[in-house]
Amino acid sequence: MKNNNKKGLSAFLTKDVYLSRLIGLMVIWMLFMALAKFESFYSVINFQTMASQFPEFGLMALGIMLCMITGGIDLSVVGVANMSSIMIGLTLNMLAAEDGSLPVYGIPLAILGGLLVGTVAGFLNGVLIAKVRIPPILVTLGSYQLFTGIAIIITKGKAISGFPPVYSATIAGKLFNVIPMQLVFFAAMALIIAFLLNRTTFGTKIYMLGTNMTAAQFSGLKTDLLLIKTYMLSAVCAALGGAVMLANYNSARADYGVVYTLQCVLIVVLGGVSPTGGKGRISGVVLSICVLQMLSSGLNRFPQVSSFYIPLIWGGVLILVMVLNHLTENKKIKTPKSPIKSLSGQKG
Amino acid sequence: MPQIVKKLTQKTETYIFIVILALSFLIELRSGQFFTSNNLVDLASAMIVPGLFAIGAFMVIVSGGIDVSFPALASLSIYATTSTLLNANYKGGIWLPIVMTLAIGALLGAFNGFIISVFNLPPFIVTLGTSSVFKGVMQGVLNSKQLATIPKGMSSFGTSALFVATNSKSGLTSRMPVAIIALIIVLILAYLILYKTMSGRGIFAIGGNETSAYRAGFNVKQIKFLLYVGVGVISSLAGLIRVCMMTQCHPTNMLGMEMMIIAGVVLGGTAITGGAGSLTGCMLGTALIVIVQNSLILLGIPTFWQDCFLGLLILIGTGVSASQVMRNSRMTKTIKIRRAA
Repeated sequence: MKNNNKKGLSAFLTKDVYLSRLIGLMVIWMLFMALAKFESFYSVINFQTMASQFPEFGLMALGIMLCMITGGIDLSVVGVANMSSIMIGLTLNMLAAEDGSLPVYGIPLAILGGLLVGTVAGFLNGVLIAKVRIPPILVTLGSYQLFTGIAIIITKGKAISGFPPVYSATIAGKLFNVIPMQLVFFAAMALIIAFLLNRTTFGTKIYMLGTNMTAAQFSGLKTDLLLIKTYMLSAVCAALGGAVMLANYNSARADYGVVYTLQCVLIVVLGGVSPTGGKGRISGVVLSICVLQMLSSGLNRFPQVSSFYIPLIWGGVLILVMVLNHLTENKKIKTPKSPIKSLSGQKG
Repeated sequence: MPQIVKKLTQKTETYIFIVILALSFLIELRSGQFFTSNNLVDLASAMIVPGLFAIGAFMVIVSGGIDVSFPALASLSIYATTSTLLNANYKGGIWLPIVMTLAIGALLGAFNGFIISVFNLPPFIVTLGTSSVFKGVMQGVLNSKQLATIPKGMSSFGTSALFVATNSKSGLTSRMPVAIIALIIVLILAYLILYKTMSGRGIFAIGGNETSAYRAGFNVKQIKFLLYVGVGVISSLAGLIRVCMMTQCHPTNMLGMEMMIIAGVVLGGTAITGGAGSLTGCMLGTALIVIVQNSLILLGIPTFWQDCFLGLLILIGTGVSASQVMRNSRMTKTIKIRRAA
């Protein structure tokens, strides 16, 4: 991809259909918003609000993306996120002094606890998928139920709240009074994953795993270990999403964010990740997260349009994009270019 | 005799049946309430809606696909029917609502089927998208809200009883809804279609290997399309029965059922990759889930343990069948090696 970037923007846009389509969608929507509701949409506060809202599901979507690249899927992200946010909430309540103040190490320790929960949950998913060989969709379906169940048992179905206000003030606060902290978390995680996917052998291996599991196995890859690592990474992303969710809502419950599961899958597919594995880039997914947030925030500026239209638009866009992808891909087969070029286009 | 035992031990259905029996006896021991006539009738009536959904989900999964849009499809078709009939001040019997709901269901199912079969797109993602669209149409375009009353014909269908079972000890009574006949009819039809017609065998063949099915002469696109239409019809029927039995229309209350239903179907030994499974297993798996949902309370387990219990059940159940598949494939491998030697 590096060489293509140097050729200029137009070459880049024609090279990656998914990205250019998303950019096109975003530009059209931004133009429309500029014409219709310029003042209320193009304000610093609106962009700050958007940047504080999307990281919670954006982080979960990053995890699902990783699993989908290996040819699997992770439907348990919301369960993991809720478990982690409950764990963080309980730790905070335990550490808090009577006047509601926290020791300095309180917040990092609590988040670390949440991430630990995520790691264990991801390990369970990974072992069941790689060693017991249950299809990923079933494992994560069952473990979502299990994690939610554990969360309900711990909380007895009630919301946990009343933790030190300093947590929400820190995590839902603003860096230098401008950049929402949630965005910092998201950007950090996205950069780490981008690095892993594009600059390490781990990334190359999971693309290979997703392209052809058997071939990967016969080329000597430790597929089991790779799968376990991927699902652990996904659950860690989700656990971090849970930490952000806790700060945004200022409470934790077993059934927050139930709609996020399907929404995240939609985001990832729209971002150009192939559900059969092996294809997809993080830039597409990040872009598609931003497009979704802009669409829903923009629609909120029109009080006469019910917010229930958002799923309709979102589902419609997904199906349309898939049909378009199908049609363009068929065209590609009819007029094949040099095989090396088409191969390099598939990889991130 | 050992031949039969050996055959039975290889079937997931046997294990599910044993688990159901064990669970029933455990509940009976703890509470003495399981094998009472009214509890059994209650369980059967709780089975109707999940059972119908499960038949639809089973047919799709056997064909190698998956449908997560059926609760949204059912909700949309029944909501559209009920609100239209209420506005028209409909006073007639159950037949018009049935015809309307099933027609809308078939239309929505055809939408699914068209996209999946014509463009050959992954069913999971497509139905994810369409379920979002159906939800959006219901809540946005139709501006859905809870309907506290439904037309008289529908509510009298939902509340009319085939027979009434009375618990001699506690005096509690339970009605067996007429709607159970719908479940039995659909079950028989599904059996006849799946096992006695060429298209039905085609569904299994497509699930086993789509290319082979195509080479063997099955019209893959047509079968897939009709399959999703059929699932739309079955699901909308389930939605209709649920609304009739509740005697009110709560638009969002079926959403989110899809995972539980799919879990039940897979617990019953249906391969998620398609091509293998049986209606018996599908019904047993669904029954197990319904029993867990309804009867944990009789065991003295607080209801908030339910999700955890179901999650474990899904993981263990699918784990057992996955390890069986592994063992079987190892067995065939050794047989091949022996033959080669």
